Amino acid sequence: MPALPLDEAGKYVAGAYLVFVALLLLYVAIMAAKLQRIERELRELADRAEEGPAA
Amino acid sequence: MYPKGLRTLALATVATLVAGFALVFYFAPLDADQGFIQKIFYLHVPMAIVALVGWVVAAFWAIRHLRSGDSAHDARSYIAIHVSVIFGVAVLITGAIWARAAWGHWWSWDEPTLVSFLIVFLLYCTYYPLRYAIEDRERQARYASVFAITAGAFVPLNFIAVRLAESLVHPRTFATAEGGMPTKMWITFLVCFAGIGLLWVTLARFELSAKSTSANLARLRRALDGDAPERPSAGRPTATVPVRATQS
Repeated sequence: MPALPLDEAGKYVAGAYLVFVALLLLYVAIMAAKLQRIERELRELADRAEEGPAA
Repeated sequence: MYPKGLRTLALATVATLVAGFALVFYFAPLDADQGFIQKIFYLHVPMAIVALVGWVVAAFWAIRHLRSGDSAHDARSYIAIHVSVIFGVAVLITGAIWARAAWGHWWSWDEPTLVSFLIVFLLYCTYYPLRYAIEDRERQARYASVFAITAGAFVPLNFIAVRLAESLVHPRTFATAEGGMPTKMWITFLVCFAGIGLLWVTLARFELSAKSTSANLARLRRALDGDAPERPSAGRPTATVPVRATQS
């Protein structure tokens, strides 16, 4: 197969590596949102646990 | 909240990936045949191998789940499939980009390597609806494990069948008939492979940790609500896969 010139091949290579980075960032963003929800729930439960004995 | 060593593992992953990508662009020689687009190989091939190995690993955990009934093994199997499916998406996209540059079109239905990977990927995509169509948690885990084992056995069989196929439009990465890869390319490939492998392990452990924390939260909530706590199968807090079918 004939090799593409560097200027033309460059955009495909950049595209492939950017897809990888974008997918990774998307995954990290989704996991960050999940962890925020877990933290919020944990805070709520901690508040409830603290209120419990006083009630 | 995070298991011991996850931070170190994440740092090692980042360092290895950065080193690997630096080698790709500053150390590995240009391929005489493909030129610059061959650089996609260092990303695409390790991800494909790691995704396939991940599905076999899922089968291993599924076997352990069926043998022991420990829900932690089911969670590990689920996560191995999940992370490999994410890798599979990246494999298909980067492969299509390479194909566009090398062949002039995004996909070739005549090529066994591509089509077989797509079939395996789609097979694992059906894992989610199968799993979440079942409400009973025990039955869900059992059926999911049977699926993971069956599909996991299909992965190496499929790989062997493709290697035996005649159509070889897709490059044979490790072919030795024409001398194989130069040492510099091998070194670069191995570093990238290590980085992608570490990334898989890091994401899997991160997912497992998040699931374990969610499960512990649910137990805590039940305890605070005064409900009877659900006993983890191995007598310790374990990660469980959320039962989406029962969620409102």
